[in-house]
Amino acid sequence: MKKVRLATVWLDGCSGCHMSLLDIDEAILAIAKRVDVVYGPLVDAQEFPKAVDVTLIEGAVSSQDDLEKVHTIRRWSKLVVALGDCAVTGNVPSMRNSHPARKMLERIYVEGVQTNRGVPVDGVPALLRQAVPVHEVIKVDLHIPGCPPAPASIAYALGELLEGRMPDLASKVKFG
Amino acid sequence: MPENISIRIDGEYVAAQEGQTILEVARAGGKYIPTLCWLAGISSVGACRLCIVEVSGVGRLLPACTTPVQDGMSVTTTSEKLTQYRRIAIEFLFSERNHVCAVCVSNNHCELQAMAQKLGVTSVRYPYAYPKLGVDVSHPRYVLDHNRCILCTRCVRVCTEVEGAHVWDVSGRGIRSMIVCDMNRPWAQASSCTNCGKCVQVCPTGALAEKGFAVDEMVKQDHNMTRLTARRGGHS
Ligand code: SF4
Ligand code: SF4
Ligand code: SF4
Ligand code: FES
Repeated sequence: MKKVRLATVWLDGCSGCHMSLLDIDEAILAIAKRVDVVYGPLVDAQEFPKAVDVTLIEGAVSSQDDLEKVHTIRRWSKLVVALGDCAVTGNVPSMRNSHPARKMLERIYVEGVQTNRGVPVDGVPALLRQAVPVHEVIKVDLHIPGCPPAPASIAYALGELLEGRMPDLASKVKFG
Repeated sequence: MPENISIRIDGEYVAAQEGQTILEVARAGGKYIPTLCWLAGISSVGACRLCIVEVSGVGRLLPACTTPVQDGMSVTTTSEKLTQYRRIAIEFLFSERNHVCAVCVSNNHCELQAMAQKLGVTSVRYPYAYPKLGVDVSHPRYVLDHNRCILCTRCVRVCTEVEGAHVWDVSGRGIRSMIVCDMNRPWAQASSCTNCGKCVQVCPTGALAEKGFAVDEMVKQDHNMTRLTARRGGHS
């Protein structure tokens, strides 16, 4: 059987969703047999590959880099899944949204420190005005809320997707 | 004596009395209609629109908690259309304020969060407004966080109708509506507040909470209030 090409992406999130993904116990064995993980923090690939069946996105779209990434992901992925509250609602990263990004950075990197004051600019992508959920930027095919989503929800959703079905998560998952 | 009448709820005939609301009759007959702003023992205002139902012959959806029954009325409480509109109502509540369940005192004990889950809301299709809102921490025991308020006015009603203090009001209109304290003063300066905590216990979300609780820890005791009003002979 042809393996399903799976990508996972870590945007503005804490990696908790990836931890939850690894926390699905023995279900991971069955899933691992049926997928090729072609991109993500768990593998080496540098470039987002050109034909992906399912991409799981953790994290809000928060920087210029995130923005470019999600467009690339949408372009080359058959199915895009928003994994976890940051990707689904903006969650904690979006708590900065009621204030200008510049002010937040100054508060943290200038007012908030004693030494090496200054907002970092080299090697870090510029922040967007607001950190937003993935579906405010690209079409998302499935939302798995939760902070992090319960391992059982992830296992169920992946299991269904691998069977070629769209999982019905209504009432099985919650925000927070 | 109120007149006995008969209405149909989801096809079944149920006995009702004139003056009752659709919600009261439905609940008495063991029928579940989702509610959020409604609370047993205080007046109904029809603020959240979760309880909307279809009434045959009426072109628009009506809130069950404020619509009085009429003889021969035929009510539908569950349908694809109603679920859609109830989800929309929930999604608007989420998009209008800043709800971050993962770091909220009411996480896992919140009626808004639970209702979203019950109705199968897994994302919010409307852009979030991200309003810049304050948190009133002036009261020695309680906090009001406008970021989590859904303007259900349970606090307003319980404080006025049960405690008799009338500390809370709603100021502004539409999206600019806000819960205000004693003509818009910090809570600590509200001389009418008796510190009874009723508003905190009936608030369905993390908007009103007791101080000293961390994420996940604020469990409300609204049944105490409901029991109190029932003992005083109020409707429940
Ligand atoms: S009030 Fe309820 S819905 Fe809002 S953030 Fe808190 S737990 Fe979530
Ligand atoms: S604590 Fe009691 S008196 Fe004070 S605002 Fe709340 S309900 Fe009203
Ligand atoms: S503070 Fe709580 S009880 Fe009062 S209107 Fe807001 S959500 Fe409702
Ligand atoms: S419960 Fe009827 S409108 Fe809120």
